[in-house]
Amino acid sequence: MSAEIKMAEAPPGIEGQGFFATSLDSVVGLARKNSIWPLPFATSCCGIEFMATMASHYDLARFGSERLSFTPRQADLLMVMGTIAKKMGPVLRQVYEQMAEPRWVIAVGACASSGGIFDTYSVLQGIDRIIPVDVYVPGCPPRPEQIIEGVMRIQDLIGKESIRRRNSEEYKKLMDSYFIK
Amino acid sequence: MSGISHEQISSHVTTQLGEVLTMIPDAYGIFTAEVPLNQLYRVVHFLFKDPALEFNFLTDICGVHYPDAAGRELAVVYHIQSMRHNTRLRLKVFVPVSKPEVPSLTGIYASANWMERETYDFYGVQFLGHPDLRRILNMDEMVDFPLRKEFPLEDPLREDKKDYHFGR
Amino acid sequence: MKTNLEFTAEFHQPDMPDIPYNTLNLGPTHPATHGIFQNVLKLDGERIVSGEQTIGYIHRAFEKIAERRPFYQITPLTDRLNYCSAPINNTGWYLTVEKLLGVKVPKRVDYMRVMVMELARVADHLICNSILGVDTGALTGFTYVYQYREKIYEIYEEICGARLTTNMGRIGGFERDFNPKVFELTRKFLKEFPPVWREFENLLTRNRIFMDRTIGTGGLSVERALNYGFTGPNLRACGIDYDLRTEEPYCSYEDFKFDVPVGTTGDTYDRYVVRNEEIWQSLSLIEQAIQKIEAEPAGIYHADADHYYLPPKQEVYKNMEALIYHFKIIMGEIDAPAGEVYQAVEGANGELGFYLISDGGRTPYRLHFRRPCFIYYQAYPEMVKGQMLSDAIVVMSSLNVIAGELDA
Repeated sequence: MSAEIKMAEAPPGIEGQGFFATSLDSVVGLARKNSIWPLPFATSCCGIEFMATMASHYDLARFGSERLSFTPRQADLLMVMGTIAKKMGPVLRQVYEQMAEPRWVIAVGACASSGGIFDTYSVLQGIDRIIPVDVYVPGCPPRPEQIIEGVMRIQDLIGKESIRRRNSEEYKKLMDSYFIK
Repeated sequence: MSGISHEQISSHVTTQLGEVLTMIPDAYGIFTAEVPLNQLYRVVHFLFKDPALEFNFLTDICGVHYPDAAGRELAVVYHIQSMRHNTRLRLKVFVPVSKPEVPSLTGIYASANWMERETYDFYGVQFLGHPDLRRILNMDEMVDFPLRKEFPLEDPLREDKKDYHFGR
Repeated sequence: MKTNLEFTAEFHQPDMPDIPYNTLNLGPTHPATHGIFQNVLKLDGERIVSGEQTIGYIHRAFEKIAERRPFYQITPLTDRLNYCSAPINNTGWYLTVEKLLGVKVPKRVDYMRVMVMELARVADHLICNSILGVDTGALTGFTYVYQYREKIYEIYEEICGARLTTNMGRIGGFERDFNPKVFELTRKFLKEFPPVWREFENLLTRNRIFMDRTIGTGGLSVERALNYGFTGPNLRACGIDYDLRTEEPYCSYEDFKFDVPVGTTGDTYDRYVVRNEEIWQSLSLIEQAIQKIEAEPAGIYHADADHYYLPPKQEVYKNMEALIYHFKIIMGEIDAPAGEVYQAVEGANGELGFYLISDGGRTPYRLHFRRPCFIYYQAYPEMVKGQMLSDAIVVMSSLNVIAGELDA
């Protein structure tokens, strides 16, 4: 295995003697995507696979997520892992509303994406019933590699996002459709 | 199940309390008996306190719904075991669904507390004398008793799963 | 300097109504509660006066789902009860069904099941103790020891293909024989894990800070523990050596030689040490199981129960009877006798019981899981009364409450 260290790609821009000009979006995106602070909302079995992802074998800290934040106020990424029952729905919604913009949501596992194998009266059939979701990771439970793939897709989304996205009409309409202020 | 034999248990109970146990034949070796509702607390208390029997451990309480048995729709099944004699036994009481009241065993076993709440939550069995009988696993606002046979498994109001795709 | 136990004894006074207590909400989303359940604590300064619990935040209605599914389809549900040690749940379920159907399992299959169950027990206790370390601040133990849980996952993958929710086995045995790689990986694990576990024990067991935090917290007397329905390591830490593997041996456990570690006061430190010792006993059991498996004639991995055991696919494509059995079993047309069975196994947390009532149909009439976490978690307010808030966290962690098993 070669010992090549892969540096992050510089965004396209104009380079000269002692300066580098690029768009603000790409620099901000580059900074944000390599320092995501996740909030692990682990409820069941997928939470154990998340513990495996955080442990030393499949290290999630390499992607900048060294510091897990259990308080929504300081978190960027809400990772919902596990079944969300209807009793838990209001709690999840409150945690999402307490997060500050910019915030992203990843639904890890079949239960969070769509209710999974539990098509019952007490399980919420997917968290996108109550909060907007950016990336869905299927699996029951997904392997740590899949969870990392999900985080990498979030990184792609963050890197390409416009910094005015949260004020745009489309985003406001999305939030209104979920009745989130 | 080593320890005491079924005959010893039933003869011991009959000598002290009278003919309260109706034996139910069980092919798998556990002493199974039906107890009339008004004798339940007496029998369990006797089994708990009697020094020869010493059934001091409540393993499990659960409910069963038999919608076809008129007047005996809801059954509450108690699994008790004796640590000293390494023996298990099973007691059943039957109550009608119109008046599902069963005396609570929280005075004898502290573990009966949540198990009776769960049985209430799932079947609607009212445990008289329970310190705090309210729902435990389902949402507090729920009115139905979901494990009864007539309650559907799936939430009929869910939008993304079409029943005809699943053969229902 | 008063110990926690002395303070608790003094503090047990009736509620004084004119002192305003602080209310602290612990959960349902909290870093230190391993799973989602809520505890609303009333505090007098730092001391806990009472606690009120709310569970059911992950109620998935397993018992209702099981009334709809034939026996083979219920195994994935049992995986998700105590998901840290799924093979124990799977085996317990298959033992229940085999008891109902009257299937007799050959010795080699029993030994294979013992090997898998003890690996699962090691995996579960490993998580519990390392997370207990994390809750007291010792993160290093977790990151070193979790590597070995990955090794156990590799063994599971060789046996059944899945890491965590294993869905392992069939009625009467296993779906395929253990290939030589399984034994190679297990032997490697048995060689590499003991030094690592010894290192982890060195980190915590005689560590001044850990001992100060855990000795004397969350103790429970034997009578109260029995009355609360405790089983498993939590009961053994209180002093009673009740272990289903010795009291009601299932799966040929009577052929194995092992000790049952017992504590004295039932506090957090005792629970930690009992689980540590159980890991050593499990490692010895795995060693014995491998020797016993190799002593038996090779190639037997399931019982001779054509009506219930799914035939291997090669047979199904060639053999007419295998095709018919395969069709019948997949369609769920297993001729189950009517009756009721209670079978309990020694899960990682205690007596995991399955109460199955069958009316002769395709699916169970009623299936009830006797879940140890649900039963002993009731005792938590009594265990932390009069202790400090940080003790509450440590006691909860040492009880090993798994939310999947709590709510089912």
